[in-house]
This record gives sequence, structure tokens and C-alpha cells, in this order.
Amino acid sequence: MTGEQAEARPGMSRRRMLGFSGASLLVGAAAGAGLDRVASADEDGAAGAAIAFRGAHQAGIATPVQDRLHFAAFDVTTDDRDRLVRMLKEWTDAAAAMTAGRPVGNGAAAGSPVAPPDDTGEAVGLPPSRLTLTIGFGPSLFEKDGEDRFGLRARRPAALVDLPHFPGDDLDPDRGGGDIAVQACADDPQVAVHAIRNLARIGFGVVAVRWSQLGFGKTSSTTPDAQTPRNLFGFKDGTDNLGESDKALLDEHVWAGKGDGWMAGGSYLVARRIRMHIETWDRTSLREQEDIFGRGKGEGAPVGREKERDKPVLARMKPDAHVRLAHPDSNHGARILRRGYSFTDGSDGLGRLEAGLFFIAFQSDPRKGFIPVQQSLATDALNEYIQHVGSGIYACPPGVREGGHWGDGLFA
Amino acid sequence: MRPVSVLALAGAAAVSMSLLAACGGDGEADAAGGIAVTATDDSCEVAKTELTAGKTTFKVSNKGSKVNEFEVLKPDGKILAERENIGPGTSVDFVVNLPAGQYKVLCSAGQTGKGPSQNVTVSGKAAGGDQRLAQATADYKTYVIGKLDDTIGKTRKFVDAVKADDVAKAKELYAPSRVGWETIEPVAEKFGDIDPKVDAREADLKPEEKKDWSGWHLLEKALWEDGSVKGKEKYGDRLLKDLETLKSRLPGLTLDPVNDMAGGAKELLDEVATGKVTGEEEAFSHTDLVDFKANVDGAKKIYDLLKPVVQERDAQLAKDLDDNFAGVESLLKKHEKGDGYVSYDKVGKGDRKDLADAVNALGEPLSKLAEVVAK
Repeated sequence: MTGEQAEARPGMSRRRMLGFSGASLLVGAAAGAGLDRVASADEDGAAGAAIAFRGAHQAGIATPVQDRLHFAAFDVTTDDRDRLVRMLKEWTDAAAAMTAGRPVGNGAAAGSPVAPPDDTGEAVGLPPSRLTLTIGFGPSLFEKDGEDRFGLRARRPAALVDLPHFPGDDLDPDRGGGDIAVQACADDPQVAVHAIRNLARIGFGVVAVRWSQLGFGKTSSTTPDAQTPRNLFGFKDGTDNLGESDKALLDEHVWAGKGDGWMAGGSYLVARRIRMHIETWDRTSLREQEDIFGRGKGEGAPVGREKERDKPVLARMKPDAHVRLAHPDSNHGARILRRGYSFTDGSDGLGRLEAGLFFIAFQSDPRKGFIPVQQSLATDALNEYIQHVGSGIYACPPGVREGGHWGDGLFA
Repeated sequence: MRPVSVLALAGAAAVSMSLLAACGGDGEADAAGGIAVTATDDSCEVAKTELTAGKTTFKVSNKGSKVNEFEVLKPDGKILAERENIGPGTSVDFVVNLPAGQYKVLCSAGQTGKGPSQNVTVSGKAAGGDQRLAQATADYKTYVIGKLDDTIGKTRKFVDAVKADDVAKAKELYAPSRVGWETIEPVAEKFGDIDPKVDAREADLKPEEKKDWSGWHLLEKALWEDGSVKGKEKYGDRLLKDLETLKSRLPGLTLDPVNDMAGGAKELLDEVATGKVTGEEEAFSHTDLVDFKANVDGAKKIYDLLKPVVQERDAQLAKDLDDNFAGVESLLKKHEKGDGYVSYDKVGKGDRKDLADAVNALGEPLSKLAEVVAK
């Protein structure tokens, strides 16, 4: 993501952003410096900064993981291809504005007094908060019930497969799928929610929200020397994640290759809503918990090692340990970039936390990434405490170029 | 209707009968961007007292400690226009179309309708405006009166059945009696004292208001919940009387194309989105889809009357509205049954989601209608 220019125009931003000129530097120079720590130390600087919207790749994939998520999946409700493209252009303008910390259209308090304001207003005065908006197209946009949609069937990428049934799946159709998905990540939840709300509003009549998910805590880091955040089981999971600085690995495992047509430079997103059985997990002994993951709970070191980032020795772990089964060495080198978030949607009516992991993974080809890894996890000891209840797969196109818009390659 | 506090409204004086006096008056824009009005708890300062006829924006700032109300009064003391609920420390832009004449502007701290005032003189002639809008407004008023007559006629038959304690017949006549009302609901709601008497829902009442509950929904509950309307005859008579009172006031009503028509169309869709799609309006009879259709018809009528102007000023908006009205109407057709609609409790989650999506799809472009009409 080098060489990008930040979109924000400080004079028009939601508020004066101190240290704003550092934004493009931070984005361009990547994450080696550990943005997480910078962020907490200097709120007006890194945490409030804007992430460039345009570039070779979409932001929100290799970008250092923000604190909050609002993920929304939409169904397209029109048959009119031109209307859909018009909306995608309107979305692009709105996304460019919001990620730069500017309001949608003419703002929240300008415009005609007899018209509703263009922007809904709840992010007025908030910094850009490293907001990223990442779009993806689901299989049902290309074809549905065996019918071609919008003339796109022939443009469906081979890698955008329908995910197979995995053992233990109990998928709720109302919490999965969708023709278009937008991942909004920001360090401030209000900024992420504002972004999805305004896109949904612009989309009325063209798309309708099918489902959406809030995530309150990141569970992975794409900055290699930052601490891996803990999931709701209290464990560090996904330590050996792909990071923004791993250019060669990203090209190999995350970005779709030149042979992938309009998707070249894009990535495939797999989302899974994984319910965690919190209460039974909390009654499980420390030894069993550690055996299940294959890591210590304190430091997070792999079994028999001392530090979180020490190389795991898989043979020392139980055969059904989570880390062992998910590790690239057990999956012919398959690697994915994880970007999941913890969620808690209150309680489930039976007094249990309606909580879990909203798993998000990016890869250059799910047939070589998520699918084989998830199949390996069929015998995962962790399965006793988790259940996959929602699922989606989306083709995220490459980044928007100057003058371009979301979906321009697909609808060309 | 779903007001926050229903019967509290009944105590308020009859609400202003005209918001904008002229029809589509397109007067000169104020060069200074508006007339500043500074209200405190005991003063009302207007920056300019010699005004030019036409569309005028008052920029009202409440520098006092109480919630304020801004009124423009005609020489006879009647309200030409008013803006309520201006909170302490806030300011609002309030657009009024002023014909030439003498007016009094009044700030009422505490919203009692009384307070300090100042005289203003409006001279010149408001630009003629778009004759098509004047015609649309006149046609709309005719439509409103016709729909109220329709509701009164059908309510009379409904009340006859109630008084005869013919539960089956009354149930059959209940939903049709409400159709006319539902098509013109935003206009009917301008009469803040009548609306809660005829259309209050039990769930919206405060505990102390329950003893004064009356109107359609009281009879609805008796019919569907109790299965008897014995002793409820007086509520039938009162419903008819309240509707007749409304009718007697309609001739004096001045409607304007921006707030009452375009704004009313948007409010009708809001009614559908918050009350009908959820099944809250007709909690006992489940005849929500009848109201739903009436609300949409009322909005469609307004749009049809305004359409020549909309088409010319914003063809894309006209197309979006055409498409989305058609979308809602074709979806509603799926649920037709006999002369009416299926009971809403039989409409499943998936179908309700489709209806909600279609209402959102129509409501969004409809919210942009007022701006185009006001141009």
C-alpha cells in the first residue's frame, strides 16, 4: 500500500486532526513500528488518523487491525444493473468521504431545511478513527437459483466457490450469505456504525441489509511484533498471522494473482459467526484448556516453549490441539490472514452469553486457504466448545483507483 | 398513529390550521440568509421588522432557560405559522411564506402560547409561484375532504353494527371504516385534539390517560379481545361526533405543497414503517395491511398530484418514486384476500422482511420530495 495519498482534506474534516500529516506516512511506511501502541499513546495522531481509501489493494485487509467492527451483508433488491452500478458509485463517494473523516454529501446540518440531511450526523466531531470500508461480492450476486444475475455469471471467479458443509456446522441462513458485504473497521465503534448506517441508507431501493454483526474486540493482529489480542476463551490464537509487512507472503497467500481477471489484486473474504459456549468453557480445567489450544494461557507460548512467538513444536501437542490442526505445517503450507473480532450480542434467553468470535479470513484462494484448514479442524478438540452458526464468502475486488469506483472491474 | 403522549395533546389549543399560507410562493430569497430572532424567557427580538413578501427564513435562537415556541400571528390573532420545541441554547431555521400584511411575531417561553411579541410589516407581492402547485394543493384538499366523507360514511355503518351488538358485522366493517382516515392521516393529525380521541392505541397511553381512552382501537379491542361491544355504544357515538367535528374544520384549513403534501407523504410512509410493518397498529384485529395500503395510497395520491413538477425538476427522483411505488404495490397484491388482505399475524417473517425492505426503498426517495417541491 505504498505510494498512496491520504484522501482527507484537513480543512474539511470532521475536526482538526493533530498530526494528520503523519497519516499517509503511517500507512505507507507500514506497521513495523507497532501502530497499536502508537495509537494508544497519541489519540489525536495515529488512532484518529485517516487510512487512504484508494490504492492497489483495498484497505481493511492488510491494514493494521482496528479495535471495532461493523460487518454488514446486503441483498440486491433491484433487477436493474445500471441502478446497482449507480449505487456503487454513490457508495464509493460516501466511503471516500467517511474514511477521510468527512461527512457524506453536504453534511449533517447543511442543505435544505425541508430535506433530510445527507449525513446522519452521529460521527460529527469524531476523528477518522482509521476507518476502512472493504467491499466484497457474494456468489449470489453472480447467479441465484441457477439463474444468471446482471449478466455476471460468466464473470464469477473460480475461487468464489460455495463453501462446503463442514462437520458441526449449524448455519442460520439469516446470519449468512448476501450479495454484497461491507466490512467497516475503525478504532471508534460509532464511526464504524455510522459508516454502515449511511451506506445502508444510500442503498435503500437497491440493496437491503440481510444481516449485520458488531465486533467489539479484535482477536488478531497484522502487526508482527504487537501482542496478539486474546479471544473470549482468554487465549491468544492466531499468533502467526500474516502482516502488512510480509509483502511476499501477502502476494502469495492473500492477494489474488494476475490470472484472476478482474479480481487480480483483490482477495477472498470468508466470514464465520462462531458461537462460543462460554459457560462450559469456564468450567474447564486450566490443563484441559491449554491442551485444547496447544498453548499456555498466561504467556501464550506453544506447548513446551517459553514465549508466545517461539516456533511451535507440533509433535509435542495433543493430536487434536487447535494450534496443531490449524498450523500451516499440517495443511500443506496453507496460510490465511485472520482479522476476526469478538462479539457479545447480549444474552440468549437461557441466561448464557450470546457471544463468540466473528471470524474473518482473507486469502488468494479459499480452496487453498480456509476450506482445507477448516476441514483439518474437523477433529479439533475445541469443537466441543464452539459452533459455526453463520457463514459467508465474498470476492473483494482490488483497490479503487483514482476516478474509479467499487465494482468498476466487475461491471466493466 | 403512534404519538409519544397521546392525550396530552388533547389539552393543547387547536393546532395551527395553516403552516404556509400561500401555495408554493417562491418569493425572493433573503439576501442575508434569514431574519435573526433572539428569544429569551422574557424577550423576543427580531433583527428586521420591515420584510419583503415571499418565502422568509426566521433563524430563531433560544437564549433562555425554557423550551420556546415561535409564532407568526395574523392581524386577527390567528396563527399563520408556528415552530414548537426550540430547546434552550438551540436555534432553528423556520421557513414561512409571508403574504404582504401586518403580523405579530411571538416567542412563548414554556410554550404556553403567550409571551413577548413584536410587530412586523410585510410589503410587496410574493412571486406567483408555480400555478401547478397551487392547483395540486387545491386538488389535494378536495381529496382530503372526500376521504374524510368516506370514512364518516363507513364509520356510521360500523357504529350501527356496534350499537346493535352485532360483533361479526362490526368486525367486518371495522377495517374499511378506517381506510379514508388512514389515507389522510397526516392532515387529520394536524388537529391535535381530535386525533388522539379517535385513533389512540392502548399501548401508547400513560396510566392516567387510560380512563379517557376512546376511538377506533377501543372498539377494536372490545370486538376482538372481549368478543362483545355491550356498553360501548357511547364510544361509537363519540367516534362519529369527533369525526364530524374534524369535517367541520376542514374548510378553513390551508394546506401547502411542501409541508402538508410532500411532508405528509413522507409521514404516511413513516406510519407504515413504524406501525404497520411491525403489526403494532392493529394489535387485536391484525388488519394492519388494510391500513398499510391506505397509507401508501394516500402518499401515492400526493405524489401523483405533484408529479408534473417533480418530473420537470428531478426526473431521476420521479423515476425512483415510480419504481418503488410499483414495488410496494405489487408486494401488497401478494397478500390480497377477498376485498381486503390476509390477517397480519399470518404474514411470516420472510414476507414481513420483504415488506419492510420495500417500505424503506420507497421511504428514502419520498423523504427527498419536499426539497424538490420547495425549489
